Amino acid sequence: MSLIKAENIKKDYQVGELIITALDRVSFEIAPASFVSFVGPSGSGKTTLLNLIGCLDKPTKGTLKVAGADVASLDRKESAAFRGTNIGFIFQDFNLIPVLTVYENIEYPLLMVQNTPAVEREKRVMALLEAVGMIEQKDKYPDQISGGQKQRVAIARALVTNPKLVLADEPTANLDHKTAYMVIELMKKMRDEFRTTFIFSTHDQKIVGEAEIIFTLEDGNLLDRHLEGGKQNG
Amino acid sequence: MGNLFKIAIRNLLRYKRRTLLTASLITVGVVFVLVFISVSGSFKNMMIGQITDSMIGHMQVHRKGYVASIENLPLNLNLKAGAIARLENILDKQPEIVAYSPRIKFGGMFSNFVETTNIRLNGIYPDKELKSVPLLTSRVIEGKKILDKGGIWIPALLAKGMKVKVGDTIVVVATNKDGSVNGKQFIVAGVLESATGPGGRDGYIHIDDAGEVLRMEGMEISEVAIRLKDFGKLNAFSKKLDGLLSKELNQQDKPIFELHTWEKLSPFYNIARMIDVMTFFVKLMLIAIVLISIMNVMIMAVYERIREIGTIAAIGTLPGKILNMFVIEGFCLGIVGAVIGNIVGIVVILMLNMLKISFNFGQQTGLILYANVNPYDLVVISVTVIIVSIIASLQPAFKASRMEPIKALRHV
Repeated sequence: MSLIKAENIKKDYQVGELIITALDRVSFEIAPASFVSFVGPSGSGKTTLLNLIGCLDKPTKGTLKVAGADVASLDRKESAAFRGTNIGFIFQDFNLIPVLTVYENIEYPLLMVQNTPAVEREKRVMALLEAVGMIEQKDKYPDQISGGQKQRVAIARALVTNPKLVLADEPTANLDHKTAYMVIELMKKMRDEFRTTFIFSTHDQKIVGEAEIIFTLEDGNLLDRHLEGGKQNG
Repeated sequence: MGNLFKIAIRNLLRYKRRTLLTASLITVGVVFVLVFISVSGSFKNMMIGQITDSMIGHMQVHRKGYVASIENLPLNLNLKAGAIARLENILDKQPEIVAYSPRIKFGGMFSNFVETTNIRLNGIYPDKELKSVPLLTSRVIEGKKILDKGGIWIPALLAKGMKVKVGDTIVVVATNKDGSVNGKQFIVAGVLESATGPGGRDGYIHIDDAGEVLRMEGMEISEVAIRLKDFGKLNAFSKKLDGLLSKELNQQDKPIFELHTWEKLSPFYNIARMIDVMTFFVKLMLIAIVLISIMNVMIMAVYERIREIGTIAAIGTLPGKILNMFVIEGFCLGIVGAVIGNIVGIVVILMLNMLKISFNFGQQTGLILYANVNPYDLVVISVTVIIVSIIASLQPAFKASRMEPIKALRHV
């Protein structure tokens, strides 16, 4: 049973009178608890594909099912509710809420999206702070911590709702190499610990090797699928 | 909801200078409106008090049709003894009434034996009159503040024009309702300043003297001035009394009496209405200030936080919650402006009262203005500011809630 199943998805954008095809006839399946990377040069369609998987956008053609839900059939409110329950997001620029502390940023989805009771909230937030090694910084605001620490907080925020899937669009792009590795290792560790599927996009070849499954995109087409250790699966 | 307030307050504190400027603008608006309402309201109430408590009374009862001809002071429309008894029977049973004063009003000639001019005279029971219009004696600027039989209080302008002093003997000549003319000598007991300005020509004599001048065989009165315990209940009591009086019918089954509040009897009511209209427009200005300033600051807030909105929308925050987040920010700004505005407004009003600002009204000079802070006004202004703040926040908040997360996240 796959967590994500894409069949011949196509995504067109209209820019003025021009129609630009960002994705064309893309099909793939991703199993639960996978650690997947979409790679490719800028403009290859990585972000578009992550947006579709994340229910932030809808395919122009084809079928995309995420955790059993047909992405195209969800309306605005249903999409938001679906994301809140099933998907966690990690952004390139961390996107922490500047007026909330580290603790409050992680707590936000439980409080404002899932209305989780206070005791349960505290338990889950503290567990994740511990897991990402940010317990000492829990009362600091985002502008008081480093980029790597911000991304740790973002990972904790993405995981706090126990989602089936975490999407990370270029999560290491704004980090130095050492920190980038640490963040990817942390994501892997979280996958092992919480059995959550992680999908991240990157164009950094050194980071790509950390993924267990690698999808390569070019000009909106899915070229191939590599398994860990260089095994190729057309 | 508490968390939405926490986030809203922190976001407001994030842009301290802008928040301070917007809150200050609202505060200044609230202070201005509060002071204007208090000062103009106090001026209005003081003037109404002067007019009702020194001349008209809170309301008056006449024989039906009298007020339509009041400028002629028609003696044939006076109330007769039977009607007076029925009226007094009703008035005596009303707990809302403090006092009432029957009057005979008529026009006559005033002579100092050298010159003659016209005068409007009020025949009164001095004790009843002073209970009904307690400020009447404050208008006596010369002479005795007690009116005895044979004495007359004359308006100041008449005294000056006719060169009459307190203690002088004068003659009042009047035509009674049969057409015959009668005269009577009076001693000038006092000189009255006018409550309504230079045109005042009302003099006062004892009601028994009025009956004698007019050669009345039985008791007749032109009007009854009424004073209430609570002026604030004027309209409610007016309706009640009107209902009772309308049941009193004459032999033709038509109402005997008509009741008018001071508003129908004094031209000052139009000035009072103008003050109310001005107050309304000042309140409109406040609404415009709050609306524009809050809307401006909230539009800026939404524009500056597009990526944040995209983030919280992406992680599943429902559009309604995003809308609430921004509306609460506007609401908090409104609350801050209203509370500080009320506090500063009260302080300004207290300072104005300490300064004891004086002004003139008609011939009365040196009236001290005491601006009162009405709790009702505080509530109305605060609620208005808060509601307008929420309304002003709605459009930017709605825009934020409808934002596509994907577009918002791409925003630079």
